[in-house]
Amino acid sequence: MKLTKVSKRNLITYGIVIAFYIIIQILNLTGNLSSHMEGLLVPMTYYSIVAVALNLTVGILGELSLGHAGFMCIGAFSASLFSVATKETMNGGLRFFLALVIGTVMAAIFGFLIGIPVLRLKGDYLAIVTLAFGEIIKNILAAVYLGYDEAGLHISFKSFVLQGEGKMLINGAMGIQGTPSDSSFTIAIVILLISLFIVQNLVNSRDGRAIMSIRDNRIASESVGINVVKYKMLAFVISAAIAGTAGVLFSHNTSTLTATSTYFGYNVSIMILVYVVLGGIGNIRGSVIAASILYILPEMLRGLSNYRMLIYSIVLIVIMLINWAPKAIEVREKYVTLLKRRFAK
Amino acid sequence: MTLLDVKNLSISFGGLRAVDDFNISIEEGQLYGLIGPNGAGKTTAFNLLTGVYKPNEGIIKLGDKDITGLSTIEINKAGIARTFQNIRLFKDLSVIDNVKVGLHNQFSYSTLSSVLHLPSYHKVEKEMDEKAMELLKVFGLEEHRDYLASNLPYGQQRKLEIARALATNPKLLLLDEPAAGMNPNETGELMETIQFVREHFGMTILLIEHDMKLVAGICEELTVLNFGRVLTQGPTKEVLSNPEVIKAYIGDE
Ligand SMILES: Nc1ncnc2c1ncn2[C@@H]1O[C@H](COP(=O)(O)OP(=O)(O)OP(=O)(O)O)[C@@H](O)[C@H]1O
Ligand SMILES: [Mg+2]
Repeated sequence: MKLTKVSKRNLITYGIVIAFYIIIQILNLTGNLSSHMEGLLVPMTYYSIVAVALNLTVGILGELSLGHAGFMCIGAFSASLFSVATKETMNGGLRFFLALVIGTVMAAIFGFLIGIPVLRLKGDYLAIVTLAFGEIIKNILAAVYLGYDEAGLHISFKSFVLQGEGKMLINGAMGIQGTPSDSSFTIAIVILLISLFIVQNLVNSRDGRAIMSIRDNRIASESVGINVVKYKMLAFVISAAIAGTAGVLFSHNTSTLTATSTYFGYNVSIMILVYVVLGGIGNIRGSVIAASILYILPEMLRGLSNYRMLIYSIVLIVIMLINWAPKAIEVREKYVTLLKRRFAK
Repeated sequence: MTLLDVKNLSISFGGLRAVDDFNISIEEGQLYGLIGPNGAGKTTAFNLLTGVYKPNEGIIKLGDKDITGLSTIEINKAGIARTFQNIRLFKDLSVIDNVKVGLHNQFSYSTLSSVLHLPSYHKVEKEMDEKAMELLKVFGLEEHRDYLASNLPYGQQRKLEIARALATNPKLLLLDEPAAGMNPNETGELMETIQFVREHFGMTILLIEHDMKLVAGICEELTVLNFGRVLTQGPTKEVLSNPEVIKAYIGDE
């Protein structure tokens, strides 16, 4: 079968991810990977996954979401609850698989519930509603107590004492303790590849074209019979679901899960949005690359303490210029065509 | 047989009666013109026919079906497709993908197949490509299939809009100033294309146009709108020689 331009482009994306994975494995086996770096691999990958998810909403559907950290939070908490509750009774592999499914489905349900009223409206209401959603979810999960004992399941915003045999599942601001650390770099990379596969395939399909047509011109979409609300919902729910999956990876990478602003606040949603914008709106591969670099960079610069944020901001500005300045795009395209000609020979 | 039958259609914006007691009846296979000075309410009439605005009064029938008050989407599915005066293409999609969005409801495979590219995806996409190329050929756009729609020259963008509208397999095609911004050569070519579409697809066409050469050249019947009201309607020659029509146009200029 002849490869089209599009499928070639998609294959390159998978190739980059796999090559990166192999390089890391080699570094690891030869003892060249510090334990600090090793600890960054899973977070880097789940932020790449959320960036891909958010790009589906922002770049492909053309709607703004400021609550993707909230969907991560839903995925993280629902899956952790499940894993903590079944830790003693279920085999590890199956348990983590089910945890991934539960986190994904729960985030999808919340995406659906938010989308139903908001995506019907004409106008940019999604940003404000998702922003509020993320903050509310985070604050609720930071305040709720959930536990079970001989008398049954208890849920409250005040702490309580369990009667006899029992277990605290969510312990207010202390969150969920003892989530099994099922996430690994390998699983995270597999999920990144699956997310890329889903989103890139979707973009290049009948449903994806419908979604992008809404982004480009809603009135024209309706005029050719595209069910605008249905396709907005489809894109947004898939986007929320993938963010939920990333949340599962998050919570199964730390034994203590707390709903704090550092991990689930609007600033995190905005950070993910920065990844998407700098990687190129609508450019799925760009999201992965930008998220990876921009997540790792501040960590690598830790040694420079005072200059860290300065250097980080300079890098942000440089990336932005390279990506968006007309002159830079001109130069870049010139070199790309030159290179292509070289290789074509 | 009458394809489009519109009775007493009206809409007001605030105090302005943009379309006032509009009646029109178009036979199957006709090439019908809607003319009138700037601001007469022609585009508003199209917006009423396609459900962009809901009429305050009146009935719109397509064949036997009452389509008054239906949504734009339902009206397209019932069989009306249109182009826009201020071109509305999917600018970041390729030329062929613009047409394939138009084909959306003619072909189908599941969302699962969209996401996983199952065999039904490959099979149906191939059929869609073939159908889309057929339409692009009608408008001489087949060489530009992979261009971004926004990179096409203006005249070809107008043609692509017609191709996209035709892709929805309509019974009635509404064209809002298809020749706007074209030079006389392009307009001549467009006239031929419109006539070809009509014969080749057996299409019924209602078009808004300011270019009187085009109108006189291809339309069989005309309705003239002025200040939202029907000034006169009938066979093209009679209408164009009507002194009131001439006055309405001169009064405008
Ligand atoms: N959504 C709207 N709200 C308020 N007024 C409107 C609206 N749409 C149209 N109008 C008014 O209705 C009148 C008719 O406009 P319309 O666009 O239908 O004219 P037209 O005959 O298509 O003119 P042209 O030849 O310039 O395209 C104009 O006075 C216009 O300002
Ligand atoms: Mg008009």
